Amino acid sequence: MLTIIALTVLGVVILAEGMLGKKSWHLPTILVGLLVALVLALYGWNRNLHYYNSMLVVDNTSIAFSSVLIFTTFIIFMFAGHYYKDVVRPLDDIYAILIFALAGSVMMTNFGNLIILFLGIETLSIALYVLAGSHKEAITSNEATLKYFLMGSFLSGFLLFGIALLYGASGSLNMDEISRYTLREAGHLSPIFRTGLFLVIIGLAFKIAIVPFHFWAPDVYEGTPTLLTAFMATVVKVASIVALFRLFSNCFSSIREIWEPTLWILAVLTILVGNFTGIYQPNLKRMLAYSSISHSGYMMLAVLAFSARSSGSLLLYAAAYSVATVTAFGILILIRGAKGNDLYTSFEGIAKKNPLEAVCLTIALLSLTGIPPLAGFMAKYYLFTTALEQGYLWLVILAVSGSAISVAYYFKPIVAMYLKEGDGIKLEAGFAFKTHLIFLTILTLVLGLLPVFLINLL
Amino acid sequence: MNSINASLQFVPISYYLFFCTVLFCIGVTGVLIKRNALLILMSVELMINSINLLLAAFSTYLNDPAGQIFVFFIMVVAAAEVAIGLAIIVVIYRTTHSIDIDILNKLKW
Repeated sequence: MLTIIALTVLGVVILAEGMLGKKSWHLPTILVGLLVALVLALYGWNRNLHYYNSMLVVDNTSIAFSSVLIFTTFIIFMFAGHYYKDVVRPLDDIYAILIFALAGSVMMTNFGNLIILFLGIETLSIALYVLAGSHKEAITSNEATLKYFLMGSFLSGFLLFGIALLYGASGSLNMDEISRYTLREAGHLSPIFRTGLFLVIIGLAFKIAIVPFHFWAPDVYEGTPTLLTAFMATVVKVASIVALFRLFSNCFSSIREIWEPTLWILAVLTILVGNFTGIYQPNLKRMLAYSSISHSGYMMLAVLAFSARSSGSLLLYAAAYSVATVTAFGILILIRGAKGNDLYTSFEGIAKKNPLEAVCLTIALLSLTGIPPLAGFMAKYYLFTTALEQGYLWLVILAVSGSAISVAYYFKPIVAMYLKEGDGIKLEAGFAFKTHLIFLTILTLVLGLLPVFLINLL
Repeated sequence: MNSINASLQFVPISYYLFFCTVLFCIGVTGVLIKRNALLILMSVELMINSINLLLAAFSTYLNDPAGQIFVFFIMVVAAAEVAIGLAIIVVIYRTTHSIDIDILNKLKW
């Protein structure tokens, strides 16, 4: 609760600074404000607070995931200074909307009532429609925002219709009431409730970009300004997965047999289609879009195999995925700044003049692939063992083969950087940018060596 | 309040459910077949309004005000969405001089 208030106030403060014309104050204020929000979030640890008749429920799981979201936004903002260095126009609107989107995603991890779930999703989405189109002069950015807006509002309609049907059948919007209803009526659920459940799955699947509701993702990711794509691929994805996880583990765990086959098929489709299509992408940005799709398939395993350990392994996975993806997007910003595009050919031979950047990108991509001893491997290991303990043998086999396929595209930029001859361009990364890259890479290594720390938190 | 509820409950809930589903489907069809961004936006509004009606009907039958409170939240969100949507359409019109969604094919799957 305090976190959401702090983030909202931070956004308003940024707008006020913009009004006063203090452009150089934005980033320091944001970084300090995000740290304050992080501390406020951790302040509620082990307290299990309920606000406003359980509309917001702040327990340890939601605190851990909100902290991951705030931290990811923090590391994305560390790149903002470099990304917007040539932009003359005031940036307070973009920064403030980004912070408001973060507030929406924190609501999505803390909800105890379907109203708050819907409000969180819409706060996040409406902010993102604006951010996707924030490069007004570029026609690709315009196209991305229109596609995202039309698809997003259409699919929120499905989510909303689903929530309305759940309300009509169970008589309440509160999660505890709904879970009591499902427990009571487990054997003979009304068709209204079932329809509502599937409409909610469709609505959330769109927000997470699960196959077959993923068509918007690569286009929107490509058209959106790169820094904001990093936000979409990490914060938005993690927040939506956590919302799905929270909803299903708290409300619908007693009627598993109804939704389990659907989610199983969606997870398998997401992993296979995401990985196979990823191979055929011409540039790194679209490749990362498909990579994010397939990773949401892996994270669905935690939703399916719900047990005492699955929230811990989902937390580790979300953290490992976010850090590695933000690193990759950092290098992408550099490459696009130097060459104007991010085709694989632009990566040829850059390792010679820029060893640090090449190593950082390589470690990030290896972590996304799941090579030991990096964070991505440990995250996949714990997630897959949790799923195996719950008896999802075939799902795990398909997921492992999917991650073997992913080697084919994750290694393309690595091969281009180290084994091909290029024009030997020097990337202009400042000292702060390089330090941040090193910090993120060390974080990936540390998460891989000490994963138990995060797992045992929950 | 009770007499209003009683008179509203004179019509069975299944009628409301059927009516709202039909309205929702008209909205979905509109989104799928129209090529004009403004008409798509109006169809989305139709979908959202059918949901509002359904929530209000359920809330009357359950004698529970939560559904009607939710309708207010949805109205606010829908208004925000329309504001953003119209702004996006204006930006698109400035760059391409058209709001037909078929001309947007620079990014492909």
